[in-house]
Amino acid sequence: MAAQGEDLNLEATELRLGLPGTAESEKQQTPPSGRSMKRNLIDVNNECGSDEEESNGSSAQKCDKQDVHRPSKAQVVGWPPVRSYRKNCFQKKAESESTGVFIKVSMDGAPYLRKIDLKLYKGYSDLLEDLQGMFEFKVGEYCEREGYNGSEFVPTYEDKDGDWMLVGDVPWNMFITSCKRLRIMKGSSEM
Amino acid sequence: MDPSKSRDSAESTRVIQFPNDVLERILSLIDSHRDRSAVSLVSKAWYNAERWTRRHVFIGNCYAVSPQIVARRFPSIRSVMLKGKPRFSDFNLVPPNWGADVHAWLAVFADQYPLLEELRLKRMTVTDESLKFLARKFQNFKALSLLSCDGFSTDGLEAIATDCRHLTELDIQENGIDDISGNWLSCFPENFTSLEVLNFASLSSDVNFDALERLVSQCKSLKILKVNKNITLEQLQRLLVRAPQLTELGTGSFLQELTAHQYEELERAFIGCKNLHALSGLWEATTQYLPVLYPACTNLTFLNLSYAALQSEELAKLVAHCPHLQRLWVLDTVEDVGLEAVASSCPLLEELRVFPADPYDQDINRGVNESGFLAVSLGCRKLHYVLYFCRKMTNAAVARIVQNCPGFTHFRLCIMKPGQPDSQTNEPMDEGFGAVVKTCTNLRRLGVSGLLTDLTFEYIGQYAKNLETLSVAFAGGSDRGMQCILDGCPKLRKLEIRDSPFGNGALLSGLEKYESMRSLWMSACKVTLHGCQMLATQRPRLNVEVMKDEEMDDGQSYKVYVYRTVAGPRTDAPAFVHR
Repeated sequence: MAAQGEDLNLEATELRLGLPGTAESEKQQTPPSGRSMKRNLIDVNNECGSDEEESNGSSAQKCDKQDVHRPSKAQVVGWPPVRSYRKNCFQKKAESESTGVFIKVSMDGAPYLRKIDLKLYKGYSDLLEDLQGMFEFKVGEYCEREGYNGSEFVPTYEDKDGDWMLVGDVPWNMFITSCKRLRIMKGSSEM
Repeated sequence: MDPSKSRDSAESTRVIQFPNDVLERILSLIDSHRDRSAVSLVSKAWYNAERWTRRHVFIGNCYAVSPQIVARRFPSIRSVMLKGKPRFSDFNLVPPNWGADVHAWLAVFADQYPLLEELRLKRMTVTDESLKFLARKFQNFKALSLLSCDGFSTDGLEAIATDCRHLTELDIQENGIDDISGNWLSCFPENFTSLEVLNFASLSSDVNFDALERLVSQCKSLKILKVNKNITLEQLQRLLVRAPQLTELGTGSFLQELTAHQYEELERAFIGCKNLHALSGLWEATTQYLPVLYPACTNLTFLNLSYAALQSEELAKLVAHCPHLQRLWVLDTVEDVGLEAVASSCPLLEELRVFPADPYDQDINRGVNESGFLAVSLGCRKLHYVLYFCRKMTNAAVARIVQNCPGFTHFRLCIMKPGQPDSQTNEPMDEGFGAVVKTCTNLRRLGVSGLLTDLTFEYIGQYAKNLETLSVAFAGGSDRGMQCILDGCPKLRKLEIRDSPFGNGALLSGLEKYESMRSLWMSACKVTLHGCQMLATQRPRLNVEVMKDEEMDDGQSYKVYVYRTVAGPRTDAPAFVHR
């Protein structure tokens, strides 16, 4: 660096991190990375919000140029030193694990629906217990051949293919991944 | 001097004059670039013989030399490895468009090395135009490896697949690229048979499976195949039966509902892979399907589970089948218990890397901690390379670890919360790292973390006489720390520092040192423009690049990248880089 005694033209640097190749910078910084460079926040004002939501509330700790919502976890740019690729790859999975599987639950005759996180339950008995408490009803005895016996309330769910299935037929892990919504059917109203 | 005496001493010190072709023949057997460097310094004759016989050149910093200088010195190069950006660019500390574009190199190579066969790039910018240029201009081109590069898209890969008729290796790893489509794979010509290495694990677009299957069947010399996440277990089985000769396999997704029959077929396919010594991929692997791997694990020396969030029991069961494992990469979901299983099952382990599954999770009880590392050091006495991300550590544990394994060459410990003290005593981690450098005399690479005072650096300077690479973050108390390093470590080549209180005094204390190093990086430290200017003025053979550090509020902080060069200041520096 030649000591030419000239000004460094700080304005040029000030704007610089807006950088002409912004498209390229976006390529590199694929959004769900739990780390968005501060420059992304400075330059692309409107992306601030979405970055926050997507990436678990990550923003560089020292973002002074925006009124940015400070995340509860103060995060530092580029720390821990995990390569972007590795973070992107894995972060998505970690996030989906931590945000849970929320599905709507309706009961015939109930005025409004509820939403539950299937991830919080250990199995069917756990789930049914909670549902029964929530909607104040009782299911019958479950058996493979005949379904639920002894109550007019029957828990059903809509699976990935759009079919309405009886709750309890498939293994719990398969149920969590294929259940889209729950419906407690009452009596033979739908038959 | 007595004439007879001088004749004797002249005889005994005279370099024996081999005929050139004999000398060249001998030198052509030397591969290591460091050995070749040493050879070239012996005499003019040896320098010339060496330069004519060199086929592979390794350039650790693309700006340390120019392509013209390289071409002038080495007329017969067939294989080039080039590294570009500073390592901290992997962690987003280097702005985009910083440089390290390979095109200027390719232009010179097209002219001087038309028979170029291999190109390996790390942290370089590579455009699609460059890839197309490469495919077009080098008729003998065989091997392309791109690691941590950026700037290209899958379109560029199409050109490579289409035009490189003799391609043996296509290795695309962890690049920040535009993954437009998987069509590139279908661009290999119909009768293509030469591929030996194919790694597209980090690409996310779907490739045409029929094209892949055909490629794998036809390339009988295929040894290394690493597919991406989109390849299912069923598809994997079909590939494996066509390529039982594989030595390295990267699977696709390991999660799929298989019928009993399919499961058996998959198991049989793995049994058929008798030459497998490296395994990776395994996305979403679960307890259900891991057992199909067991038969193929007997000869495994490298197992990369860093994309499979395994729990401790799953890992334990798996490594029980890998008695010859030498290198293991895992996620910290395996926890200390998982590492204990590794310690008892893999006595030959030499390298362990534990990556954080959720780096931003502050729960100190998740992941791995000191007991896992300790267990491995007890069970695996040949351990010499560790990269360990943890949430807490103690000095006592570190000291015991290196006592168990004094042969460490690479010790990279990352306590994830910056400036965190010993979790038991609340003291700095100085003594722990002190123990590392005192005990591990062969230490070449060190990554420090946690709460550290200048004392750590005093220890490093005093004891780490073989240290070549040092990474420092959120550490140190004053200029003295950095000075100790610069004064004390004779073999230091790469020093990278961030967020540490080292200023101009420290920077300038290295005046005599930097020309013997590859590079110095300092960001969010206390150096000022003035200090950088002083360094630049006094050392014209160094490039001193300064970028404003936008992460810091005070507007006074800079990122400084200093490196030796024979090529002068670079001509392609973007405006935000001041020289």
